[in-house]
Amino acid sequence: MSIPTEKRPVLEIRNLTQNFGGLRAVSDFNIQLMPGELSGLIGPNGAGKTTVFNLVSGFYQPSEGAILIDGVPTGGLKPHKVTALGVARTFQNIRLWNEMTVLDNIRVAQHYRLGYGFFHSAVRSKRYMRREAEIAREAAELLDIFHLTQYADEFPKNLPYGTQRKLEIARALSIHPKLLLLDEPAAGLNSSDIQELIRLIRWIHEMFAVTIWMIEHQMDVIMQLCTRIKVIDFGETIAEGNPEEICNHPAVITAYLGDDTI
Amino acid sequence: MLRRYSVHLSLATVGGLIVYLAHQEYISLYIMSVLMFMGVNIIMSTSLNLVNGYMGEFSCGHGGFMCVGAYVSSLLGVWLFAGDKVFGAPLLNPKYTLYAFPLLILVGGIAAALAGLLVAIPSYKTRGDYLAIITLASNYIIISVIENIGAIGGSRGFMGMKQLINAMGKSVDLPWMPIWVFLFTVFCIWLMRRYISSTFGKGVIAICQDEVAAEIMSVNTNKIKTITFMVSSGMAGIAGGLFAYILGYVNPGSFNILKSTEVLVMVYLGGMGSLSGSVLSAILFTILLELLRPLQIVKWIVIPLLLIILMQFRPEGIMGNRELGDIFPKLKKFYRFK
Repeated sequence: MSIPTEKRPVLEIRNLTQNFGGLRAVSDFNIQLMPGELSGLIGPNGAGKTTVFNLVSGFYQPSEGAILIDGVPTGGLKPHKVTALGVARTFQNIRLWNEMTVLDNIRVAQHYRLGYGFFHSAVRSKRYMRREAEIAREAAELLDIFHLTQYADEFPKNLPYGTQRKLEIARALSIHPKLLLLDEPAAGLNSSDIQELIRLIRWIHEMFAVTIWMIEHQMDVIMQLCTRIKVIDFGETIAEGNPEEICNHPAVITAYLGDDTI
Repeated sequence: MLRRYSVHLSLATVGGLIVYLAHQEYISLYIMSVLMFMGVNIIMSTSLNLVNGYMGEFSCGHGGFMCVGAYVSSLLGVWLFAGDKVFGAPLLNPKYTLYAFPLLILVGGIAAALAGLLVAIPSYKTRGDYLAIITLASNYIIISVIENIGAIGGSRGFMGMKQLINAMGKSVDLPWMPIWVFLFTVFCIWLMRRYISSTFGKGVIAICQDEVAAEIMSVNTNKIKTITFMVSSGMAGIAGGLFAYILGYVNPGSFNILKSTEVLVMVYLGGMGSLSGSVLSAILFTILLELLRPLQIVKWIVIPLLLIILMQFRPEGIMGNRELGDIFPKLKKFYRFK
């Protein structure tokens, strides 16, 4: 796989604002993610990071502004339609289908390109048989790439936490996304798991040639992986730049450590 | 080879045996009718399990959809093939009844599936307890509408379906009702099994386990909910149509909340998310109801009491959410059911 040659942003957010009642959770947010970029979004708790992700994946309709996926505006689209445009995401607290086998977790994620409906599943048409075989084969291949084949018939709830995290990322990648949103992938992992996660994300980034945008509180994860970082606080963008610039940015230090004027 | 066709063979044997025994009148009409109600109950419990077990919603108005199916197929049948004081002379020659009968039942099912939209559309935004209240309300709406249409008998009920049964018997001398009940029961289980085991149908289980994850992983949750509610209520409609023709008489009172509760009991007895559990519990429950018949109204103290005991000691039901093949893995050598 190669990085697309044309330079159209995979994700473009223009003047995004989100109000919840009287609360302005996100205010005038702008970003352009170019193909192949690995970018970070950080900020203190409650800064509105996850809200931005929820807006991109279509859970909320923005109060103002526009979100474009590969040039296509997502206004008014339901989340499953946004996913079909090529946006996959993981969640801060892992959301796998816990009582469904690992293999089925991958298979169900292929709904956006099933190519058959209720009628075909009832009569087991040729198309149904072909698609089911293809989906099962591709799911098995994906599990193989991620070294998860041994767990194919297990329930995710029985897997170690780090493996569940990996499976959730594998499931997100099974939809062949252009843009992968990772919401705190290191949350709840121990330090050796985190090192493995960093290697995994780096490997995914090259192997799948996917644009990655991640929220993370573990600064070493962000600093090691991201080439560009955006910092928000109370919904406002307070800084943007490469890891070094962010580390030394006065507004970021204030947001994280507090102001010394009382 | 044998494994591949063992289910077909055993079904054909059981079906053939029932028809043969009924035809030779080796079993009494009473036992025959119990067997037929068993079939109706199997359709009711498996179809409700689709919503309550597999999709994880709580529908407690399944009797309402049964009522729609019962009335639509009865009215259509009597209008087309039997003389009646409401509709006058039959529109078509009664000798075609035999060929049209499955269509009549299916039309009842389709009507019930459309009535299922009454629940499916609110389910886009509501779930859990609130949706349960909506299902309850829709049950009442359906019953009240039919009770208030005087032309079809209102709360007194509607009859005339026996003429169709007789017409079918006149065309070909076979006990047709047991045959149709058997075929439709097999058809419904088969359809549900195929739906739920496809990747498409697994979306239903995904909704049950995590609706947010389902929607974000490209499952069109509204579409899946609509289809599932429509399939479930459509099958209840098929069961209703069969029920009406077995009795030869329908009245709205027999599809009220008590009926819906009965079906709920069967689903919980069998185990959520287990088709074989639902079949098993429908059979057991029908037998139990007949055994407790001498107790008359007291049986409605005994049965709910059983439910309380069940919830205390085995809340997952007889089968949990496993199928027969999961409990006895050796069985899988002998059959393949798809």
